Amino acid sequence: MTPVVELRAARKRFGQVEALRGVDLAIGTGELVALLGPNGAGKTTSISLMLGLRRPTGGEARLFGFDPTDQRARSRCGVMLQESGTTGVLTVRELVDLFRSYYPSPLPAATAIARAGLDAKAGVRAGTLSGGERQRLYFALAVCGDPEALFLDEPTVGLDVEGRRAVLDSIRALSAAGKTIVLTTHYLEEADQLARRIVVIDRGMVIADATPREIKSRIPSKRISFNTGAPVSDATFRGLPVQNLELADHRVRLLSHEPELVLKALFERGVAVRDLEVTGADLEEAFLSLTTRP
Amino acid sequence: MRYPAAARLLRMLLMQTRSELLMRWRVPAFSVTNLALPIVFFTFFGLPVAHLRRADGVSIGAYLLASFGAYAVGNVMIYGFGIGVANERAMKIDRLMRASPLPPLVFMLAKVLTALVFALLALMLLIGFGATVGGIHQPGAVWAMVIARLLAGSLPFIALGFAIGYLSGPHAAPAVANLIYLPLAFASGFFVPVGQLPPFVQAIAPFLPTYHYAQLAWSALGAGSETLGTSLLWLAGYTAVFLALAVRAYRREERAKFA
Repeated sequence: MTPVVELRAARKRFGQVEALRGVDLAIGTGELVALLGPNGAGKTTSISLMLGLRRPTGGEARLFGFDPTDQRARSRCGVMLQESGTTGVLTVRELVDLFRSYYPSPLPAATAIARAGLDAKAGVRAGTLSGGERQRLYFALAVCGDPEALFLDEPTVGLDVEGRRAVLDSIRALSAAGKTIVLTTHYLEEADQLARRIVVIDRGMVIADATPREIKSRIPSKRISFNTGAPVSDATFRGLPVQNLELADHRVRLLSHEPELVLKALFERGVAVRDLEVTGADLEEAFLSLTTRP
Repeated sequence: MRYPAAARLLRMLLMQTRSELLMRWRVPAFSVTNLALPIVFFTFFGLPVAHLRRADGVSIGAYLLASFGAYAVGNVMIYGFGIGVANERAMKIDRLMRASPLPPLVFMLAKVLTALVFALLALMLLIGFGATVGGIHQPGAVWAMVIARLLAGSLPFIALGFAIGYLSGPHAAPAVANLIYLPLAFASGFFVPVGQLPPFVQAIAPFLPTYHYAQLAWSALGAGSETLGTSLLWLAGYTAVFLALAVRAYRREERAKFA
């Protein structure tokens, strides 16, 4: 069966910058895939190639087996983009009605507006919406055509807790209804909650393409830092799942995906742990450790 | 297999045009400038002399209504496209539209239709104002001819508007449009007949697109100073030049944003 989206050895160069350095990716019908990576990793560039908003410098991009700019492919996709705007003088309902007219068999306008949680704002001009409401409007515009495939670039950016939950619930429902969904995020947690497949992109390359469970086991998701009474050496941490170990005087900093196990072992080995802090690792650091791994 | 059928394309075009009309109507900077400004100008320049007749017997009131009609349509085209396109580029509306199933040609065509509707509205308001306030009357067929010619002949200004919109940013676009259009309008006798302009302006007027554009309207009243063929030839030439400029500017934008 033809994949919904296909990137074959896709490369993209912007002047001196290689934004994508050979990406191979095929996404089949009904999949919910999260493209995960730190800012500037190449997620948006990947989506742009998939949608024909940018042309690959090398390799190929296909959408439903067509060139991504082909109308036959486009009319089967709904999109939500970063860095895109819409007129401020039309109301939410007018904009949704306009975008519905682009698709062969759209949803009723009220349904699309409800899915985005914007019922109360249907008659309001887009220009007066808050940042979060605007983001939900873009979600409504993406889903209103009832397309087979959805491309959502950072769909939850700028949303409050409630709005975020509403959009995530809608994405799950759309996935359950058989839609193919490609979304980007730089939150591991969000990708983990939603997707059955996570594609980790870093510095223009796919560095992992697996289930959330596998990805989590490979990414050191917690940062542990503490002071020790007596100096410790690398040997103290031998055999433990730690990365990016930094020892300076009495200060220890490290990354791990199993902080409980590491701490337990350290206590057993008699290390005096003071001022312990365990925090979520900065994803960029975490990816760095993933890419620098042999 | 599901290539947009003609009916679907037509529906897209209608919805897109409807939205564009609403958008323009709700922005006073467009609607007021496009619809009211020609009437305001006509009140000052045209009404005081509306009752006079030219040497050839043509009513000066009707002649000036035709001139201000030409001004009004050019205004809609050059400002509407120039500032409108520049603003949309700045707001990144083009990016979302590009990713949508709406074919770019339908998007453009809706803009042209919208501009034509506004131009028609501006002409009808102006001619209605002239009839009711200025007592300027011509047979309906004559006004119909003036309107049809001004709308059909506006193509070079649509192209020029697009070129300005793609070449200038949202802050520069109004200034650029003014700097280009106002001198053209003055030098072509839109506000003051060409014969009353300074000699050097009279000398360059016959080379300006706006001059030949106004001839379309003047000759419909029997007050033209060149044949219809000559006017059309000049306008066709300018259309080719402005279209080439617009396509170049559009392609440059494509390369920068979507290549």
